[in-house]
Amino acid sequence: MLSRVAENLYWMARYLERSENTARLINAHTNALLDLPRGMEFGWNALIDIMGCREEFDSIFSVSDERNVVKFLIADERNPSSIVSSLSSARAIARTLREVLQRELWEELNALYLYAKQEMPNSLGRRKRFEAMRQVIRGRQTVLGITDGTMSRDEGFQFFRLGRYSERSDMTSRIVDTHSAQLLGAQSDELPFENIRWINILRSLSAYQMYRQHVHVRVRGPEVLRFLIQDWQFPRSFTFGLHRCSECLAVLPSHDMALRVLGRLQRRIDEADMYELASEGLHEFVDELQLGLGELHAAVSTTYFRQDKAISA
Amino acid sequence: MPVNFKDYRTTNLFDELVQRRARPRPVAKALCEYLENLGEQELGERLAAMNVAVMSMGVTFTVYSDGANIDRAWPLDPIPRIIPLSEWRRTEEGLKQRLTALNLFIDDLYGKQQIVKDGAFPREVLQHSRNFRKQCVGAKPAFGVWAHICGSDLVRDKDGTLYVLEDNLRVPSGVSYMLENRLVMKRVFPEMFEHYDIMPVDDYPSQLFDTLASISPRPADYPEVAVLTPGIYNSAYFEHSYLAQQMGAELVEGPDLVVGEDDCVYMRTIEGLSRVDVIYRRIDDEFLDPEVFNKDSILGVPGLMRAWRRGNVGLANAPGAGVADDKAVYAFVPDIIRYYLGQDPIVPNVPTYLCMRDDEREFVLANLDKLVVKPANESGGYGMLVGPHSTKSERQKFAELIRKDPRNYIAQPTLSLSTVPSLCDGNAAARHVDLRPFILQGDLLNVTTGGLCRVALREGSLVVNSSQGGGSKDTWVVANEETL
Repeated sequence: MLSRVAENLYWMARYLERSENTARLINAHTNALLDLPRGMEFGWNALIDIMGCREEFDSIFSVSDERNVVKFLIADERNPSSIVSSLSSARAIARTLREVLQRELWEELNALYLYAKQEMPNSLGRRKRFEAMRQVIRGRQTVLGITDGTMSRDEGFQFFRLGRYSERSDMTSRIVDTHSAQLLGAQSDELPFENIRWINILRSLSAYQMYRQHVHVRVRGPEVLRFLIQDWQFPRSFTFGLHRCSECLAVLPSHDMALRVLGRLQRRIDEADMYELASEGLHEFVDELQLGLGELHAAVSTTYFRQDKAISA
Repeated sequence: MPVNFKDYRTTNLFDELVQRRARPRPVAKALCEYLENLGEQELGERLAAMNVAVMSMGVTFTVYSDGANIDRAWPLDPIPRIIPLSEWRRTEEGLKQRLTALNLFIDDLYGKQQIVKDGAFPREVLQHSRNFRKQCVGAKPAFGVWAHICGSDLVRDKDGTLYVLEDNLRVPSGVSYMLENRLVMKRVFPEMFEHYDIMPVDDYPSQLFDTLASISPRPADYPEVAVLTPGIYNSAYFEHSYLAQQMGAELVEGPDLVVGEDDCVYMRTIEGLSRVDVIYRRIDDEFLDPEVFNKDSILGVPGLMRAWRRGNVGLANAPGAGVADDKAVYAFVPDIIRYYLGQDPIVPNVPTYLCMRDDEREFVLANLDKLVVKPANESGGYGMLVGPHSTKSERQKFAELIRKDPRNYIAQPTLSLSTVPSLCDGNAAARHVDLRPFILQGDLLNVTTGGLCRVALREGSLVVNSSQGGGSKDTWVVANEETL
């Protein structure tokens, strides 16, 4: 497999994952707001921090109200991580990959992009927003379904999955970091509706139902953290993403460096005590997770995308 | 208002589907009836479905003047062109004959130049050919074949005769649109196909792969074939990726390839460097290898010519093959066929005046308003003068150009290109067409079934190039003509 193609598959998967994650995040946030009494809103600001685009946002908008934040995250082409931008990047890459992609996959992705480009700018208001986000999620899931049902489990498939899961773990760690910083930093009487807020974190990752089924205790901070970071069965937990990444690497050639990085990261997670971290050091811990993902990306990049040694022909 | 062929006005030219007095030709009768019975609303829905299909399949092409928009939807007209199989068989023979002779000619030019020594081809045409590559002299590609993929443009004049208008031997494009057109038509108008035995077109990718595989330097192994593209901004990028996908070949860009110290070509893969046997290159000669041609080229691969000359990689088309699609050479193709094959051409040439000849030049200059003048080395319809549609100042400009560089210009009579009913504002209107079949030569010869039919969608226009606003049609070669 060509290095350039492998790299493009990896990034296409990341952009696709990002668009869906953003859509889920926005829907969860909008929904949570409706459950709170008026005037108790938690800030839309948090979403900008989660997406890591504070600087870009502030250079365009002076007020971080619902309207601006939603526009920026959904439809603004000046934001490279907005849903429209992510899908546009994914499609631009897919155009360079048409010879390796399933035709159905390309058509679905193209349709999703055309839909987003046309509909997102008109879907900023609460009334249309929910349905539009659902359509993005559904479109992305269709793309995934086609991949799953028609793509050979070859090297290209592994790079596609590698991109998908490292992006997903990245998003999970960002959500945990931003939301829980607010929650854990405050005394409980300063933050009423604490329960609703933890539920919102779970919902942002579509984790609420699975949490209820598998954790059996009421929604509590440290348990939520444990579920989102350490659970090995829930598909949006940090650990789950790591496991899938190591599965992909295991079948790819020359995987030693990347697997070592993953192993180290996984040990760090296994050792962590969430009750302890919840009272102190969570932010630093999540920082470490993010750095670990950065190292993983660097290892994959040097091993597969930028190397130049001859193999026997 | 539904489509109505009673109002269809054929000009006094040849129409492929309709005879005089608006009577459909026998072969087109079922099609015309189908269209008339479709009804306005139904037709509108089908057209919308067709546009959606073209958009969602992402069948696109690039027009260089179109700024940031690098993919425009491919314009497809829903009314197909129909060719009876018996006529097509003969055309096919003619095209095979033509490419066989052209390849013998190219091989001769880069070898002994016997045809020049024998006086059958003037040395001065060769000397002034811009596409003759001295770097290729003495090279010996497999089977003596240089042009493996040829796209020849056919036009029909008002007397019904099919002529070859030009041969494209460098990097002819359009075949993917031919394949996609059929796919879209089957999706959107499945009933149209019910009454016809239409010959399939989709064996082209495997024939192309076989042709490329046949020139592999390691014939015993499964060949590693790569399609070399200039990248996503090229007007034919869609086709490059399409063909790579259909053949199961790698689509590579220049920087993906490297020539090793052993003069073999490798591509950069996730496992390191891996040998490439055959390159179907879709970039021009000049950009192929910065060591030999344009030094600033970043599209090409340094050392590629070295590898090719040593026989370590197959290149299709071979560099230098374009020497035979020079429009001055075109005039000699009938002689070339007679010289190498001892046969008369099966498909005739359009009469061609060479401005390098004094008497012919004077004739051209005196008749600029009636002729089509073309530069010898341009493709895509750029830089030509269509006499009857030209202004006085355009003609003056061309007269100057011709006097300054007579060898670079040829002229041909303005052909009355045949028409096919095409959907314009909801009804059928006569629009001019041409046809580009693709001919493959490696160890075997193959011709596409029909080809890409291009149509000039503006009324009266003769310019069919998609880069200049032309559209296209599905082309049916129909086997059951006698039962219709």
